[in-house]
Amino acid sequence: MSAPVAPFPQVDHQRAVFEDGLALDCGTVLARHAVAYRTYGTLNAARSNAVLICHALTGDQYVAETHPLTGKPGWWDSVVGPGKPLDTDRYFLICANVLGGCMGSTGPREEMTDAEGRGMGRPWGTDFPNITVRDMVRQQKMLVDRLGIRRLLAVVGGSLGGMQALQWAACYPDAVYAAVPIATAAQHSAQNIAFDEVGRAAIHADPDWRGGRYWEDGRVPAQGLSVARMVAHITYLSEEALQRKFGRKLRGAQTLTLLEDVFEVQSYLRHQGSTFVRRFDANSYLTITRATDYLDIAAEHGGDLANAYRGSGTRFFVASFSSDWLYPTSASRSIVRALNAAAANVSFVEIASDKGHDAFLLEEPDFHRALGGFLAGCADRLGV
Amino acid sequence: MPDTHHPVRYVAKNMRLDLRLIAEMVPHGQTVLDIGCGDGALLAHLSAEKGADARGIEIDMAQATQAVAAGLAVIQGDADHDLAFYPDGAFDYVILSRTLQAVERPREVLRQMLRIGRHAIVSFPNFGHWLLRWQLVSTGKMPVTETWHREWYETPNIHPCTIKDFFDLCALENYVIERWLAVDEQGLRAPWRRSPRLANLFGEQALFLLRRG
Repeated sequence: MSAPVAPFPQVDHQRAVFEDGLALDCGTVLARHAVAYRTYGTLNAARSNAVLICHALTGDQYVAETHPLTGKPGWWDSVVGPGKPLDTDRYFLICANVLGGCMGSTGPREEMTDAEGRGMGRPWGTDFPNITVRDMVRQQKMLVDRLGIRRLLAVVGGSLGGMQALQWAACYPDAVYAAVPIATAAQHSAQNIAFDEVGRAAIHADPDWRGGRYWEDGRVPAQGLSVARMVAHITYLSEEALQRKFGRKLRGAQTLTLLEDVFEVQSYLRHQGSTFVRRFDANSYLTITRATDYLDIAAEHGGDLANAYRGSGTRFFVASFSSDWLYPTSASRSIVRALNAAAANVSFVEIASDKGHDAFLLEEPDFHRALGGFLAGCADRLGV
Repeated sequence: MPDTHHPVRYVAKNMRLDLRLIAEMVPHGQTVLDIGCGDGALLAHLSAEKGADARGIEIDMAQATQAVAAGLAVIQGDADHDLAFYPDGAFDYVILSRTLQAVERPREVLRQMLRIGRHAIVSFPNFGHWLLRWQLVSTGKMPVTETWHREWYETPNIHPCTIKDFFDLCALENYVIERWLAVDEQGLRAPWRRSPRLANLFGEQALFLLRRG
């Protein structure tokens, strides 16, 4: 990648701004902060039909509508909409860009503020404090309060979104009637951290990164961020899915020439990398991957995950996918066993799929049926 | 793991009779765990009719998914590996319906059931039934009946027992048998139900309500 890639264009996002401060796990207080969010459906009079959708690492609040930047359909279009498992005719759906993200919520790409919340005329960049998944959830709670919702019908999310769902249920059990952590884990494994580190190292190694101050001269570390995306993307797919999709197929040729051969899978990954840098900020990527590495809900509760959920009235639906090796079924089963140990109300299924981690975003009828049925059951019980 | 339900579940009408006998043993407003709950028919019944906080474990992915889709608290798992994670006394009743003979360690599963539950309800097909005895004696081969309908080399029912065997195990483990009954294949109680010896000869299914001694 030779030509410098310009930072992606500014888009006006729907935001809630908070002046009352957000105390982070690291000790820093964000005096003034904002959450960019979208809602779908209608909040009922009893304010009892709200479902919070939490997005994954590189997702955002545009869950069920055309993305303002990429022009692509919402990232969970298969699940969110009228008559779909997250039924916009029945539920009021909220999706917020995570703290540290780059789609309008307070994060490295937004204007830095001082201790009094005054703008400093430059982005946070690498001065943005280290945040945790719990910090993300604390900020979302402020949004939910602002919307006048005392208890969410459900918090639903896959991957990093699932971590948020778990953290919501641990932090605010009375505000979460049901939690749906999908294809996720309550802590990152050494392998998870290792893959994240490869991505971060790629960004750091890009000459355009400039110690994180790439924003000063309007460049982005596109090469590094692209490599980070390529590595991560491999972890989102299964070996079978890659093999089935690409095998050893070559781009524009039948046989190897040993000259300038490009395997289809190479070309696919390059495409993934190059489109990603047009919509995602490198410092956000560093911030959010670190937050996922820091997550350890058991450690926050005396070393036993069950302690986080003892006495909880929240109903849980945990789902995993058989070919997901990023957050394998064993990680979900650990969550389920901790929930059982806490005598929590839990449903769990491992969905048979060869699509890897990404299966949670794709067309998986069994998963959709279970998700829809679980939520409908919860809504029925609450009289929604 | 073997699939534990196909060899021991019949047509829906019979299944409901069997489950109805179990449901009759559960008072109103209890916490219940149904191990091997299938698609959750008993859970749904206990929730709706008995005001139970009913949860289930099912080994088969498709059935577990169906149960979850029906709004029931069911986890995909199995009796041998998942019971150990529940706390002591978590449930009023723990139910194991027609599955005991298919688990890896029946004695341990029973122990776990009575650790996590105040009461255990166990049903199993009786290997002491006269037809099985007759087939073994007359043919010299493993019996094949409506209940025991798979060949020995492919049956998931790896731990068959008789009603008498089960009485012995309860004595050995010091379990109190609060109620027991033997039924025929249609789930109907028979006149010989008061005699363990006759029940062991004529009962096709046995149903026990236990508690710790």
